[in-house]
Amino acid sequence: MAYYIARRLGLAILVMLTISFMSFVMLKMSGDLAISLAGEGSGADYVEFLRKTYGWDKPLPVQYWNWLIKALQGDVGTSFYYGSPVLSLIAERLPATLSLGAMAITMALAVAIPLGMAGGRAPGSIIDRIALFIALLGVSTPIFWLSFLLILVLGIQFAVLPISGGGSVRHLAMPAMALAFYSMPAIIRISRAGMIEVMRSEYIRTARAKGLRPWQIYLQHALRNTLVPVVAVASVQFGFLLGGSVVVENIFAIHGIGYLTWEAINQNDYPVVQAALLAVSAAYVVLTLLADIVNMMIDPRIRLE
Amino acid sequence: MTTSLRKNVLSLLAATIAFLPVHAFAGKDNDTLVAAFQAKLPSLDRYHSPGREGFLLGLLAYDALVYRDPNTFELKPLLATAWRQVDDKTWEFDLRQGVKFHNGDQMTAEDVAYSLMYAADPENKVFNRMTGGWIERVDILDPYKIRVVGRDVAPLALEYIIQLPVVPKKYRESVGIQAFSEKPVGTGPFMVAERSGNDVVFKRNEDYFEGGGKSKPAIGTFIYRAIPDVNTQVAELISGGIDWAYYIPSDQAEKLKRMPMVDVINAETFRIGFLTLDAAGLSDPASPLKDERVRKAIAYSMDREAMAKTLVGGASKPISSACTPSQFGCFADVTQYPYDVEKAKALMAEAGYANGFDIDIYGYRSRPVAEAIIGYLNAIGVRANLHWLQYSAVIQARRDHKTPIVIDDFGSAGVNDVGAILPFFFAESPDDQSRDPVVTQAVKEAGTIADQDKRKALYETALKQIADKAYWAPLFSMPVNYVMSKGVDVPVPADENVEFWRASWK
Repeated sequence: MAYYIARRLGLAILVMLTISFMSFVMLKMSGDLAISLAGEGSGADYVEFLRKTYGWDKPLPVQYWNWLIKALQGDVGTSFYYGSPVLSLIAERLPATLSLGAMAITMALAVAIPLGMAGGRAPGSIIDRIALFIALLGVSTPIFWLSFLLILVLGIQFAVLPISGGGSVRHLAMPAMALAFYSMPAIIRISRAGMIEVMRSEYIRTARAKGLRPWQIYLQHALRNTLVPVVAVASVQFGFLLGGSVVVENIFAIHGIGYLTWEAINQNDYPVVQAALLAVSAAYVVLTLLADIVNMMIDPRIRLE
Repeated sequence: MTTSLRKNVLSLLAATIAFLPVHAFAGKDNDTLVAAFQAKLPSLDRYHSPGREGFLLGLLAYDALVYRDPNTFELKPLLATAWRQVDDKTWEFDLRQGVKFHNGDQMTAEDVAYSLMYAADPENKVFNRMTGGWIERVDILDPYKIRVVGRDVAPLALEYIIQLPVVPKKYRESVGIQAFSEKPVGTGPFMVAERSGNDVVFKRNEDYFEGGGKSKPAIGTFIYRAIPDVNTQVAELISGGIDWAYYIPSDQAEKLKRMPMVDVINAETFRIGFLTLDAAGLSDPASPLKDERVRKAIAYSMDREAMAKTLVGGASKPISSACTPSQFGCFADVTQYPYDVEKAKALMAEAGYANGFDIDIYGYRSRPVAEAIIGYLNAIGVRANLHWLQYSAVIQARRDHKTPIVIDDFGSAGVNDVGAILPFFFAESPDDQSRDPVVTQAVKEAGTIADQDKRKALYETALKQIADKAYWAPLFSMPVNYVMSKGVDVPVPADENVEFWRASWK
């Protein structure tokens, strides 16, 4: 078991290193921070001065190495655009992203689990078809389109929710709905599949034979067993939500990590992009790792592989 | 498990209801003007806040020595009551007495000297190197009189001075740059009260001095709100969540014009659009662009009127000279290249390119404009292969001599003088793709003399030559759309520098 965890951990570190290197190279190729920083109309000599000052005239691998050594020591640098330490920028923005993600996953679970279970209870029924249709809609609807649709209906037509900004549950409602819709399909499918399997099991037959009422069977026996794989999927979905909120945070102007990342990409502010990507991928890697471990505990066969 | 789940759901609902009444509206009732901007202010220290939003911050919370009227471009007193040129390199300023910083400190020559010298030092990496880089030293003659000495002759000195805010030396040095950028202190009409999330809240400076070009604000609170997506800005304008936004694209602006709750005003900026052509053959010694006839053909192939009217929209006008029409020294009576495909084709044939040629073209701003330009070029046989990159990548490619044609635009960093644009794109600068000795000599000389009439004559020579040889294909001016709620009047400037202290409720 310890070996298994160590191997997963090693893989996770490799994944993060690859992500950081890829993002570093891609960002460096897409634009020139010295020119952005110098501003329109600045002379080439000043651009050159900035390059020298910050060490951007060195070869790419050297720049990456310098960044990496510092990052490993806990210093992820200072934002060139904001002029403040990257860690404090991330710390400032993290609560908004976390609360948005938490609200979205809560909404998604609250809708998707009952829907999936109701569908799985009677495959092929009307409710099952509705559940599958919603799952299909969720994977095929572009998130920006859904966001604007929500703004149009809830923000302008009925004017029941604020359109942009953060700071209250009401502000987070629309972006959370958009994100929740995006993460629902996986949860619907997994809870539906789980329910189908559980309903075929012998203990449900026993429960029925005991003469328990249907809701007792579903809530006390089926739900618990269906939830186990759902928890694993939900943790991965939560990781997706943290990383995938760039578009949503921009549309709804949420002062979070996604918005920060987008700004930093536009400015070629690579210390911020690097740190934000690392933070999100670290969260994702940790969540996947947790899911793996949970899976392993549930299913001894994985341990033997 | 089910009971705790139920409890959690109930507490979530309770929390939702508890938050229900929170809804802050913009508007007259609470004397709060909310304006939306696409970019966040990276720092509240003007010296470390670049771009046009930084410029606005400089006007809101700070004052410079001199003020430029945003509609007439006339220079007026602000923190300086008078100024005079002592010699070619030296300017003398009489400072206004009795001006207080937001923290109550008196503004004196010490603060002015400190501010200008901060901008002058390249180590400080201020928002725009040009604005302070020309200053060699500042001499304090008495507590309210200073002399600014340039490194060389600086004909644009006053245009730069209007961009340099005066910051309090004592306070800024005692708290440090980082703390100052969060809690800045200036002398401007608004004071920074708070920064939270996407908002920067400005409150009226009740002690704002009178007699300068700026005035005490009519509105009590001004909120700078960052909303990155323009569609969201439009939704907020319609629903009354914000009062003001600018840089709204033409198609959205057209729709907003029909809305009863907002006014749409289109106004000029310093920004112009143009093509830079590699006439010197830097990207390829055998480039067809080295042939004057090919460059002229390209100039004739562009339907500037149509692009200005349909793609840029609003008040956009075609331009024929390589400068912003309002700029000092912008000589517009140069060789014209009206839209004429037949003439362009004839010139192509004459140059030996009757069958056309393939060429790389670089762009970063507006995709529809780029597509139109490619279409116009294609009509005369120039098959353009578009490279769509970020601004900084395009500029670097040009400096590395990789770009035959660039679809470019330039805002002259807010300087109302061709001395801001010509030295950047000509006179053997890294962005000079023509390397013409006549242009180079005229532009270089104009940058080293203070005599305004002589400068004007030199720029005329340069601009005539640029047009005669078709080194550029100047295209159009680039105005922007301002959208504001019907309940508020925010005067619209001709240089993007919106003066929110003049805003008033109707």
